[in-house]
Amino acid sequence: MNVVQPFEGIGASVRRKEDFRFLAGRGQYTDDINRPGQTHAVILRSPHAHAAISGIDVSAAKAMPGVVAVFTGPDMAAENIGGLPCGWQIHNKDGSPMAEPPHPVIAVGKVRHVGDPVAVVIAESKAQARDAAEAIVVDYAPLPAVATTEAALSAGAPLVHDGAPGNLCYDWHIGDKAALDAAFARAAKVVSFETTNNRLVPNAMEPRSAIGEYDTTSGDYTLYTTSQNPHVIRLLMGAFVLHIPESKLRVVAPDVGGGFGSKIYHYAEEAIVTWASAKVKRPIKWTAERTESFMSDAHGRDHVSKAELALDAEGKILGLRVHTLANMGAYLSTFAPCVPTYLYATLLAGVYTTPVIYAEVKAVFTNTVPVDAYRGAGRPEATYLLERLMDVAAREIGMDRVEFRRKNFIPVDAFPYQTPVALQYDSGDYFATLDQALESADWKGFEARRAAAAAKGKLRGIGISTYLEACGIAPSAVVGSLGARAGLYEVGTIRVHPTGSVTVLTGTHSHGQGHETTLAQLVADRLGVPIAQVDVVHGDTAKVPFGMGTYGSRSLAVGGSAMVKAMDKIVAKGKRIAAHLMEASVEDVEFDRGTFRVAGTDKTKTLTDISLAAYVPHNYPIDEIEPGLDETAFYDPKNFTYPGGCHIAEVEIDPETGKVSMVNFTAVDDVGRVINPMIVEGQVQGGVAQGIGQALLEAAVYDASGQLLSGSMMDYTMPRADDLAPVSVATHTTLCTHNPLGVKGCGEVGAIGSPPAVMNAVVDALKGYGVRHIEMPATPAKIWNIIHGGRAMAAE
Amino acid sequence: MPQVTLTVNGSTHTVEVEARTLLVELLREKLRLTGTHVGCDTSQCGACVVHMGGDSIKSCTILAVQCEGADVTTIEGLAAADGTLHPMQEAFREYHALQCGFCTPGMVMSAIDLVNKHPAGLTEQEIREGLEGNLCRCTGYHNIVKAIAAAADVMHGKRSELARAAE
Repeated sequence: MNVVQPFEGIGASVRRKEDFRFLAGRGQYTDDINRPGQTHAVILRSPHAHAAISGIDVSAAKAMPGVVAVFTGPDMAAENIGGLPCGWQIHNKDGSPMAEPPHPVIAVGKVRHVGDPVAVVIAESKAQARDAAEAIVVDYAPLPAVATTEAALSAGAPLVHDGAPGNLCYDWHIGDKAALDAAFARAAKVVSFETTNNRLVPNAMEPRSAIGEYDTTSGDYTLYTTSQNPHVIRLLMGAFVLHIPESKLRVVAPDVGGGFGSKIYHYAEEAIVTWASAKVKRPIKWTAERTESFMSDAHGRDHVSKAELALDAEGKILGLRVHTLANMGAYLSTFAPCVPTYLYATLLAGVYTTPVIYAEVKAVFTNTVPVDAYRGAGRPEATYLLERLMDVAAREIGMDRVEFRRKNFIPVDAFPYQTPVALQYDSGDYFATLDQALESADWKGFEARRAAAAAKGKLRGIGISTYLEACGIAPSAVVGSLGARAGLYEVGTIRVHPTGSVTVLTGTHSHGQGHETTLAQLVADRLGVPIAQVDVVHGDTAKVPFGMGTYGSRSLAVGGSAMVKAMDKIVAKGKRIAAHLMEASVEDVEFDRGTFRVAGTDKTKTLTDISLAAYVPHNYPIDEIEPGLDETAFYDPKNFTYPGGCHIAEVEIDPETGKVSMVNFTAVDDVGRVINPMIVEGQVQGGVAQGIGQALLEAAVYDASGQLLSGSMMDYTMPRADDLAPVSVATHTTLCTHNPLGVKGCGEVGAIGSPPAVMNAVVDALKGYGVRHIEMPATPAKIWNIIHGGRAMAAE
Repeated sequence: MPQVTLTVNGSTHTVEVEARTLLVELLREKLRLTGTHVGCDTSQCGACVVHMGGDSIKSCTILAVQCEGADVTTIEGLAAADGTLHPMQEAFREYHALQCGFCTPGMVMSAIDLVNKHPAGLTEQEIREGLEGNLCRCTGYHNIVKAIAAAADVMHGKRSELARAAE
């Protein structure tokens, strides 16, 4: 009993516990749940980007077969239902708060983007609800729309919100402007660069779904929902929207089929089914069709930026100036305002010793779907801007792009390293990850491969990106001072049962990350309990004490650290019980992987001996120690964590078609201590795939009237198996210095480091055509035009 | 309402459906076989792939009434009665070819048909092209490709080109 297999602890590629149910088709996703008496909801959505609603006639819909109820925005407004709240407040340069216009759950009087909810039909079947939704007559008066980021601030642009003059959400800045201007004044060379970071649709494979259920006897509400953070949804929806106390509201996020950020936010449909379930006194299920996902899930990225880099005569960076326009969409999604500010501009130092940085960010409203965090969130935007700029600058000053980077790296002995944009990096070795990646990708041998490709009529290019990111989100006091309206600690409970098996309750949420395995490995490593006897429970506010969920690569760094704290308490209490049972002093009791021992003796007790004594307290110091062995800890991180590394992409272009093919991709990442190498490799491969998707394939496209042209998987190019090449993944570890596991996080690095590596490779492949820059995605049409249409068309 | 009689995972069912009911709706809502998923509504993602008469089909793209007399296998019908996984399921687990699990049932069903239809084995490129009809957002496909190559070895009792190359 309690003899742990050594291969189950930290560092072992344990196969995943959760895979059995997924592979057998026995996962339980929200849409798989059916509640007794359940009805089905269909949301009628605006077909217009911007329109006034002068009337909604639901009488015909209400008379349709199977219809239970129809509700509109005014029905909810009449009951004092709140708007969807924003969880982060940014302040303008002048100290005033950002514009924060209301976000009605269902539109009242006006719709502001294609997909804005207008009414909900509840019927016995989904088909009946869909039929009835088509019978609703909405009297729209279409208004001019603002569809693009650049157009939002132009004079005379249509106003998305009356309360946001000029469509400006905020005008924010960070850094020392005067010092920056002085740095530029003494620069030997200034390199300018402008770019757009393309708008993306996260497209988790499971469409969003929600089931609201009201218990007419107890007055309790239950919401089953596709969420990365059920406690956050309970807090936001209960406190700000529906005014239901936490004690009467249970939120369950069961198996969730991918999130990538898009399932962090509190969405209208969650509030609609919960509220309406009390109206119709029956459970209500809503599940998005994919086109609904395209026009209602928060999108990602969408920046327009200008950057200028000041260099001395030797190629050392003196300063960086950045102006960015960021699209918020039509309303502020839950965490949207922090993405282009504190998750973006604070990353502009990257891995370099840039002494002065000044960044201005203007966030704007447009008649498009709200934009919020998508895998990487702000950090991919910063990394792309910086790493493309590094390549452009290296070429303009005639320096090798690798040497230029190395020359400006933060030295290994400079940690902790304070950047000019607020962050303090705790650890890293950018030289080591660079050298390892160059070796692994055979950078030196590339010119021979380029020549071999040329002999076959192909254009081959290689690109590099050296990056870091800030994750393990986040110290509560710090983010609070920056405008967060929540704390970002995490919670873990370790429940040792009487016979020694363990249940872990975690406030993080697994939607692909493999927590049921990785978190069990932490318990195996520390308490010596085999992972088969460790169950991880997450995603249910009725079971888990509290939690802030999973995003920002925080589950191990913050959630795992909470578990370590809770295990510390288990061990401390266990030592006291063991001391009593072995008639020793507490100070003399040692603990190692499941065994309590009186130091220097062969007197031992197993964890099971202790747990049994704790729950059957016959021979037990009951006046001094409470029975039971069940401990909860809250952990608030001291700093962000700073994974980083080097990504190298190799591409081949067919000049006949303009198609870019991935040939090789090498990632060497420092993610801190690795708990399960197999899972880390899988996370990096998946992140890189999304990064390659952004670089080569994906774009959410609106026309000038605000219609979403890429509104289905037939129109929006998702990466498929034959679009991608094998990704070589390796790690080089420096430990995080401020959390007990030394972990940094691996969920986002792939999506952060890879887009500039790919685009640097594409530009390198086309260097014979005088191309300075190509905007993402590098589609065959763009590339073909560069090769065959001349430079005028290339310069987008 | 029309009736349809079909065999699913070895059991015969007679079900009343609307004329517009899709096979995937019959499976999920009438038979409560929720392992088959719907991910896109436009026949792009393949989360709904099942076998009908031994061929993989997208169950969101066929009407239930077209399935009269059909023999359908879903992900729930793959493992042996004692719970032993199919070699493809086992390979997906061994090679970490799934993360969130949502695309997995369709991916596994497509992969089995792909392997069955290539008794001489598959190259990596053939596997990648064979997965054109299945989307995965989590894995980047690399481990899925490896798992299929490994399962092909087991299913055919011989070594594939990819497995040989990896050695």
